[in-house]
Amino acid sequence: MLARLNIALLGLLAPALSFAGDAISATEKQPLNLHAIGMFVLFVSMTLGITYWAAGRTKSASDFYTAGGGITGFQNGLAIAGDYMSAATLLGLTALVYTKGVDGYIYMIAFFAGWPIILFLMAERLRNLGKFTFADITSYRLNQSKVRTMAAVSSLTVVCFYLVAQMVGAGQLIKLLFGLDYNIALFVVGALMMVYVTFGGMVATTWVQIIKACMLLAGGTLVAVLAMSQFGFSFEKMMGQAVSLHSLGEKLLFPGSLLPDPITALSLGLGLMFGTAGLPHILMRFFTVTNAKEARKSVLYASGFVAYFFNVILLMGFAAIIIVGQNPEFFEGGQIGGKIVGGGNMIAMHLAKAVGGNLLLGFLSAVAFATILAVVSGLALAGAAAISHDIYARVIRKGSATETEELRVSRFASVGLGLVAIVLGIAFEKMNVAFMVALAFGIAASANFPVLILSMYWRGLTTRGAIAGGYAGLVAAVLLVVLSKSVWVTVLGNAQALFPYDQPALFSMPLAFLITFIVSKLDNSAEAQAERAAFEDQYVRAQTGFGAADASSH
Amino acid sequence: MSSTSNQSAVYARIRKNPRFTELVSKRQGFATLLSVIVLTIFYGFFMVVAFNPNLIGQRLSEGSYVTVGIAAELFMFIFFWVLTAVYVKRANGEFDAITEEVVRDAAKGVK
Repeated sequence: MLARLNIALLGLLAPALSFAGDAISATEKQPLNLHAIGMFVLFVSMTLGITYWAAGRTKSASDFYTAGGGITGFQNGLAIAGDYMSAATLLGLTALVYTKGVDGYIYMIAFFAGWPIILFLMAERLRNLGKFTFADITSYRLNQSKVRTMAAVSSLTVVCFYLVAQMVGAGQLIKLLFGLDYNIALFVVGALMMVYVTFGGMVATTWVQIIKACMLLAGGTLVAVLAMSQFGFSFEKMMGQAVSLHSLGEKLLFPGSLLPDPITALSLGLGLMFGTAGLPHILMRFFTVTNAKEARKSVLYASGFVAYFFNVILLMGFAAIIIVGQNPEFFEGGQIGGKIVGGGNMIAMHLAKAVGGNLLLGFLSAVAFATILAVVSGLALAGAAAISHDIYARVIRKGSATETEELRVSRFASVGLGLVAIVLGIAFEKMNVAFMVALAFGIAASANFPVLILSMYWRGLTTRGAIAGGYAGLVAAVLLVVLSKSVWVTVLGNAQALFPYDQPALFSMPLAFLITFIVSKLDNSAEAQAERAAFEDQYVRAQTGFGAADASSH
Repeated sequence: MSSTSNQSAVYARIRKNPRFTELVSKRQGFATLLSVIVLTIFYGFFMVVAFNPNLIGQRLSEGSYVTVGIAAELFMFIFFWVLTAVYVKRANGEFDAITEEVVRDAAKGVK
């Protein structure tokens, strides 16, 4: 039942793992992989050491949420790239190029193209206006309680769905790669995540992400170089063999089944671009740097690493067609062209084994595990910040909570989220969680992004408008995903999807914009007037950074 | 620690500074231009994928496996990244210099 993968989601998977989820139905637990476990233990000890060090530096709320704002652009760039390049990227996209050829490359460019836009339109304003969460920006001149509650609700929805998708994927993947039991894998991931976030806050989370990003870049590069060396580093030679050996033949070079119509293509592009720009854990990274200068540099480095890595994946995928696709060792029963051992997601891993033996396979497996760990930590931190900073400190205590109290709540929240993630992860083990990723991106693009961008750019935005549009986007995104094939047919077992596309963004996002706009326009209350007037000061701060949250230097 | 009213006074002074207007219009214009370039090329490419997929697989030269699609995408990866570099360079240099100047002038006048 899990075999039906919603391919159109794949590009959206930033750090998610529905592709990995796809593999599970077809696979059993693999034998214990000692190299991988050894290297993973090494990674964990290193990151725990860092967490210990970070714990000593995590004293204030600003340390906890944003590493004291002292991360450099380069470090943050690596961390963002780490958030963006997940296990799904490595495994799913390599597999996609392996099976579909150039389609995989088209996905990757869609995945990448949002970054320049985030830089041009958002990075600087985010840094100048935000402090700990993106709700700081949306509620800057609007009604604190109402707008923060809404932002926290949609953030937590995004985080929870994403977290569950991650956890389920993680359990399956770890079962595959390490030969560990699903539940044990979940406990390991959940427990480590709680330790990183609760003790080390954003400092530890960022460094875990940085180390992992370096490992991923190094591992991928090594595999690609070793693979290319088998073709004398000739792209033409490799492609010639790939085209002649692949069952698709020449079709490998043409767009195929993944992008059947313009609506799908457009919805995909929108969902990717603006979903990313509405993900709370990605937005939070912009508050960890010193100033707008560093925020811009973060995007420059992050997009550079992402672009580089995607091209590495392209080479890996094509090389695997020949190196893995022609080696009976990697097919069940030694039948070339049959079922891949461990499922389709294992292509990258098989390639690593073929070109670098068990040692490289172990390394790449450890990288995949580390990737999951790093991504769930970032998510948990963003969720904890929404609970403690937005709901507890600003809505419930109306700003009267001390920093110590707020910090205590955020730590409890991280532990709570960890437990929720483990429990839901176990509960959803047998379910196709692909829709959760669509939902997370849909909500991010439809509830978070419109209000966020309008609050930064549009003077006319009022509380009523933001609330109406934000909740409309939230509800529309949820509804459309429920009616789409991934829930309506795959989960609920109906025959025909009521909403024919996988990504709701193309419809729910414009709806959110429209409602926000109309309701704001019609709002002539005294509060609305004051909110419009307050735009002027906010605008100057957004442009100049004057009055922006300072970095407490480390 | 500057009070809110103090801060508001600085904001008001910044707003009145013609250099601020210049900064905003220059930077916004530049950011918009670059965004339009990226979006046009990106969605243009997607429209080709959707409506004329055969063009994507066309080879650039006889006997080569570098197709229009692969070349165009590689170009986008590089070109978009170069555009981010161009923006960062100008924003962190020229634009930030004006920003600092505007803020300095305004803060001086209030204190």
